[in-house]
Amino acid sequence: MDLPIRTFRHQRIPAETEPLRQQVRAFLADALKDRPALRRADSWMGADPAFSRELGRRGWIGMALPKCYGGHEAGPWARYVVIEELLAAGAPVSAHWIADRQSGPLILRYGTEAQREAYLPGICRGELYFCIGMSEPNSGSDLASIRSRAVREGDGASAAWVLNGQKVWTTNAHYSQYMIALVRTGEKPADRHGGMSQFIVDLKAPGVTVRPITDLSGSQHFNEVYFDNVRLRDAALIGTEGEGWQQVTAELAFERSGPERFLSSIALLHTLIDAVGPKPDALQAREIGRLTARLVALRQMSLAVTAELAAGQNPAWAASCVKDLGAVFEQDLPEIAQAVLDQAPAVGGGSNHAQVLAALMQMAPSFSLRGGTREILRGIIARGLGLR
Amino acid sequence: MRELFESTLERLLSDRVTPALLRECETGVWPAALWAAVEESGFAVAAAPELLGGADAGWEDLYVVVRAAGRHALPLPLPEALLANALLARCGLDARNEPLTVAPLADLSLQAGRAHGRLADVPWGRHATGVVAITGGAVPMLLLLDPRQASVSAKQNIAGEPRDDLVFDGATPLASAPLPVDLTPESIWLGGAMLRSAQCAGALETALALSVQYATERVQFGKPIASFQAIQHQLAVMAEQAGCAAVAAEAAFADSAVAWSPFAIATAKIVSAEAAGVVAGMAHAVHGAIGFTHEHALQHLTRRLWSWRSEFGNQGHWTQRLGQAVCAGGAGALWPAVTSGALPLPAAQRTHA
Repeated sequence: MDLPIRTFRHQRIPAETEPLRQQVRAFLADALKDRPALRRADSWMGADPAFSRELGRRGWIGMALPKCYGGHEAGPWARYVVIEELLAAGAPVSAHWIADRQSGPLILRYGTEAQREAYLPGICRGELYFCIGMSEPNSGSDLASIRSRAVREGDGASAAWVLNGQKVWTTNAHYSQYMIALVRTGEKPADRHGGMSQFIVDLKAPGVTVRPITDLSGSQHFNEVYFDNVRLRDAALIGTEGEGWQQVTAELAFERSGPERFLSSIALLHTLIDAVGPKPDALQAREIGRLTARLVALRQMSLAVTAELAAGQNPAWAASCVKDLGAVFEQDLPEIAQAVLDQAPAVGGGSNHAQVLAALMQMAPSFSLRGGTREILRGIIARGLGLR
Repeated sequence: MRELFESTLERLLSDRVTPALLRECETGVWPAALWAAVEESGFAVAAAPELLGGADAGWEDLYVVVRAAGRHALPLPLPEALLANALLARCGLDARNEPLTVAPLADLSLQAGRAHGRLADVPWGRHATGVVAITGGAVPMLLLLDPRQASVSAKQNIAGEPRDDLVFDGATPLASAPLPVDLTPESIWLGGAMLRSAQCAGALETALALSVQYATERVQFGKPIASFQAIQHQLAVMAEQAGCAAVAAEAAFADSAVAWSPFAIATAKIVSAEAAGVVAGMAHAVHGAIGFTHEHALQHLTRRLWSWRSEFGNQGHWTQRLGQAVCAGGAGALWPAVTSGALPLPAAQRTHA
């Protein structure tokens, strides 16, 4: 029997990326030297447009995109090195992350020449931010049941799509300029996956309302977004009308395959190690050793996924494995941290470790929700095993 | 070279290593015909340079050999012979195309050319024609000893594989040489842990394959049990764990091409031990009562997983050393260690028999 686990082949990052790694590391050591641990813990959810623009200036956003659109035509390994260094250092990368990871590649792959020229240079400069319009109030894991709908009206120069509906759990909608929204443009056919299209929605357009949703810790990362007769030009349609589902599936492979799926809580491992100190007791040593080994192995799995992407394969199966196992790792981390060291989580004061523990303990439930729930991912893995 | 190794060994083992043979070996029978076939293939000496009788294969290529041994639950010390011959060669000694093994734990000295001491838990000790061990003391020596000159206390791991204690009292080594300065006295322990992680990776793969196959064939409530989400999700977790263990084991072999990588080996041993427990448990859950029988093929894998995860250091041994190293370096040293793969581990708590 040929099992897809053979996808997980050992992959080394090519040695020629090492100078780039040292360059990024040196930049971050200086740029983040005064950044407190608690803000480093917010890395992947921490937005700092000035920092994003600085990364753009250095050519570290949209790196793999063609030069004519502001990219650097860098290989997948150069990009991997940059993003894992940013995450490991707790850099505030949230503002541009979605644009860099999936909106840019999506626009390059499916966009018209005019769309590429309109959006990609701004993405590469770290100035244009995107959010993902997938989930709706009644469509979470069951994405094919979305109800937001765009209807085409008028002819010729006055032709427009009129969009109505609502998106929810939209990370970063409160400061992104654009959303790439999956909406219904035709009747729902029998196969459930037809009749959907993707649009680039200007979030400043009349009829768009963005309302923050406060998470359980009181933080604001995600939003609900309402569309009330939002008029979209034909130029807002990205890709092919009716093929939104296929496009979204390709997009999700990018969304699920990155190292943020196991590195977004590394700040807590860092504070735990320093709070425990150089002479751990046996339990602390064993748990920190176990966490380290799992982190290293997850990274090795992630490199195998990146090698598949680089070879033009669709690594959706392996990416689902990494994301699910990464979420389990990141959810275990605060559990283990609170068990092996007698420091209660603290808010508004207390040690670095106590504050980071408080933040990530409360963030942890989202790790197996965002970007595909545990149950959806395990269903994808089961399908790849031939079980369904 | 890898693909050739794998396809050759796969052909060699797939018809010969049957559940019936495995059950027979568990009663103490040495599968002489199977060893003869392996000997003829030359795999046992593959790790030695051609000048010393080997094929000059590196660990990166030999990963697939050891994984295949695990996948088939091979009842022979082929992985141990690879390590024994690799170490003999590193000491300038001739490789031997024989069932050689290694001593995980040795309390051994060489006095006036004669070996004294105890080797514990020697894999296949009673059947091996030579056991490679490293002496203690300021100038460690690598010895090839003849188990027939030892008093043997026979015992088995829970999979029925011989793990014997050997006591030598004045035996003349078959070969000996000082350990090169660039070869750590922990070489057998590290190399053995690396081997077991790859054997686990192979056994995990077979346990997963058997479980997937069973789930698609077994019908309950009028449909294959594979159609139940509870079964699907267990198999998904098994696949994640098997993939994780495999890539970590392969990395340990690749990173040990020139010198042992304790960091990569510790990682591989830790995650393969973790996967062994998770996958064995779920494989049995999926198989139901039939998988719990002696007759069923699954137990040959799961009982080995429960054994191999504890050999050459269990998960606690390796997590403790890795954790001590990480804490000693502080948080700032963690990420550079992850990306470079280089982090020296503190000495083992337990190095003697």
